[in-house]
Amino acid sequence: MESPTTATVGRVSAAVVDERAARITIVARTAEETSPNATATRQMRLGPPATAPLLAVPVTGGQPTGPPVTGSIRLVVSPAHPSPTTGLPTRARLAVATGRAVAGASKLVHFGSGSVIGGRAALLVDRDLLRQLTRARDVVIVSATNGKTTTTRLIGAALGTDRPVVSNSLGANMTPGIVAALGMADPAATAVLEVDERWVEDVLGATGAGTVVLLNLSRDQLDRTQEVRKLAERWRRALTATPPTRVVANADDPLVTWAASAAPEVIWVATGQDWNADAAGCPNCSGRIAFEPGAWRCTGCDLARPTPDVTVDDGGVVLPTGRVPLDLGLPGRVNRVNAAFALATATALGADPSAAAAAAGAVREVAGRYRVATLAGLPVRLLLAKNPAGWHEALDLIAPAPAPVVVAINARIADGHDPSWLWDVAYERLAGRLVVATGERRHDLAVRLRYAGVEHVTVAEITEAVRRAAASPGHVPGAVVDVAANYTAFQEYLDLVGGPR
Amino acid sequence: MSAPRESAVRLGVLFPDLLGTYGDGGNALVLAQRLAWRGLGVDVVTVAAGEAAPDSCDLYLVGGGEDGPQVQATRELAESRALHRAVDRGAVVLAVCAGMQILGHRFPDATGADRPGLGLLDCDTVRVDRPRAVGELLTTEASVPDPSGPPGATLDLGVLTGFENHAGRTVPGPGSTPLASVEIGEGNGDGSEGVVCGRVVGTYLHGPVLARNPRLADLLLGWVVGADALTPLDDHEVDDLRTERLRAARSHELAPRRSWRDLLRRS
Repeated sequence: MESPTTATVGRVSAAVVDERAARITIVARTAEETSPNATATRQMRLGPPATAPLLAVPVTGGQPTGPPVTGSIRLVVSPAHPSPTTGLPTRARLAVATGRAVAGASKLVHFGSGSVIGGRAALLVDRDLLRQLTRARDVVIVSATNGKTTTTRLIGAALGTDRPVVSNSLGANMTPGIVAALGMADPAATAVLEVDERWVEDVLGATGAGTVVLLNLSRDQLDRTQEVRKLAERWRRALTATPPTRVVANADDPLVTWAASAAPEVIWVATGQDWNADAAGCPNCSGRIAFEPGAWRCTGCDLARPTPDVTVDDGGVVLPTGRVPLDLGLPGRVNRVNAAFALATATALGADPSAAAAAAGAVREVAGRYRVATLAGLPVRLLLAKNPAGWHEALDLIAPAPAPVVVAINARIADGHDPSWLWDVAYERLAGRLVVATGERRHDLAVRLRYAGVEHVTVAEITEAVRRAAASPGHVPGAVVDVAANYTAFQEYLDLVGGPR
Repeated sequence: MSAPRESAVRLGVLFPDLLGTYGDGGNALVLAQRLAWRGLGVDVVTVAAGEAAPDSCDLYLVGGGEDGPQVQATRELAESRALHRAVDRGAVVLAVCAGMQILGHRFPDATGADRPGLGLLDCDTVRVDRPRAVGELLTTEASVPDPSGPPGATLDLGVLTGFENHAGRTVPGPGSTPLASVEIGEGNGDGSEGVVCGRVVGTYLHGPVLARNPRLADLLLGWVVGADALTPLDDHEVDDLRTERLRAARSHELAPRRSWRDLLRRS
């Protein structure tokens, strides 16, 4: 049942009965379902986690070790902007309203932004919500091990030059986070979606996205994510099952190339990527892949580097339509490559190359990455590096020796519990300066640095770590201290300096 | 074997491009540095996939990895038999996780089918209907039979700490000795952890294992250069790491658990 008058969603209330027992009751009423004499009520009672775990666990920013939150929350939602759900079926509208209510409730009890839990609640009401929310939009999916948040942002900026764009800009990159973002947005805006590597199949299947951007695949979160070859297989399967109009893909990553070549049209980007440690075995035939500068091929089958359509040089990007100069606000070679993906994508979707390049160039930080902030009264720059391939690029960005650097390593669930990847990073390249090791796994890092022959100290607390770095002889007074952190450590420090903007 | 050496220790790192997913390349660095800090020469020979493995090294390292590359590494070593010749000569081998599995008699491939292993460790690896073993692994006091001592003599290693991540379970055979008993975690799956046959040592411990367990590193080096050549090193930072990891394991901070995302996907 669709109603042309969508302003009144009615009353939605959500009661968290017992968080610890994973029991939650959502009661939602919509105006459309309410007749003068009767009240239509949807009520869902979730069982214990084994059968219906959807709302069982505190999410982003939650405090799993804190006291249990009990009691009930009641709130009234009055939709301020009717537009996001215009034209949607009633069930989808109800789902969006429920999601917002639960997100609000979650915020009230300090579980974080609430977007993920709200999205999950919305999906409970309408399993098909992602399809409904993307029926009338162009959709771009961006996935990778590294660089997906930055590239999503750059594509958003480039496309934003001539059309409205919506993005899951806070990095909630699985279906719940995506529906939460879309539920707040202009229904016609182009959706540029960062998608977790493992969720590409689901999101592509639901949205039928016209454009899929695949950057790279490498080892990450060793204890949790699947082997990278299995991820490549799943990408390939997804592109076969729901072929997009175009794929924009890395020609220098054999795993990505193999996955992307299942698509009918691919725009190949030459990335010059030289992290190949995860691609020695051919994803197609298990044979050996031979790498030489600017080329690779399998020695057992005909998988080989495709001819690139897009290349990067020092001051610009060469697109199929010609070269575009690029003056990028983000640092490093890796971000020039991310920008090349963004320009290739945006121009394929009709954006003007020069305007797109100017917009991408104006981006200075992405979800706090590269932000220069003040910590312990000292200027610091926040860098995110969370796996060997990411560190490989980050080591180029860090201020050269003898400038000290703070390196923070955690190993929480979002980081992966196994930090043995520290031994795959060439920390030897940090020699000639003081490295201050911090984070919950600073002792793992200290042992790694000892064997790397790098001078280091361990400091438990971040502001003290920054002070210690600034007190080292290699520090020039007033210079920015680089703080390179993996995922949860980065989020923690970002919150200390004001959070994402 | 224990006479003072003139020549550098030859350290063979086998197929790190195939079997190096879990930071096990660090084991080579640990061994090389512990020799270098003591003024002992070391020559690291890295053998990439497709290259011929030498049979002349003193100590070989085989790391962990994914199912497909595991099969490829086995194929190359089965064809060349270089590692077999080296072990016959008394070479030392440390094989971690997938490396241990392929050194046994048989192991399951990606499809679950049995593949013949290299037969250098008396053990079988089988697929079981249980969740993947992922988490901190801590053993009780470990010791291994002294290959050059009198019968029954052992070399003590202290407790072993590391991180495990494997689907298969390993059954030690009568011709082998487990490396240790499990205090926390899964290990071989029968309460034991690791397999030792002479100077060939297999373990499920990543971390890398030799970074977290310097006594095991020195045991392997001692088999090559003689224990007397191994002067004490300052391992206080490793001691700090071990203290912190033992505490974490015993408080089950990293007990294997399914994430809510896994649960969400299943529903």
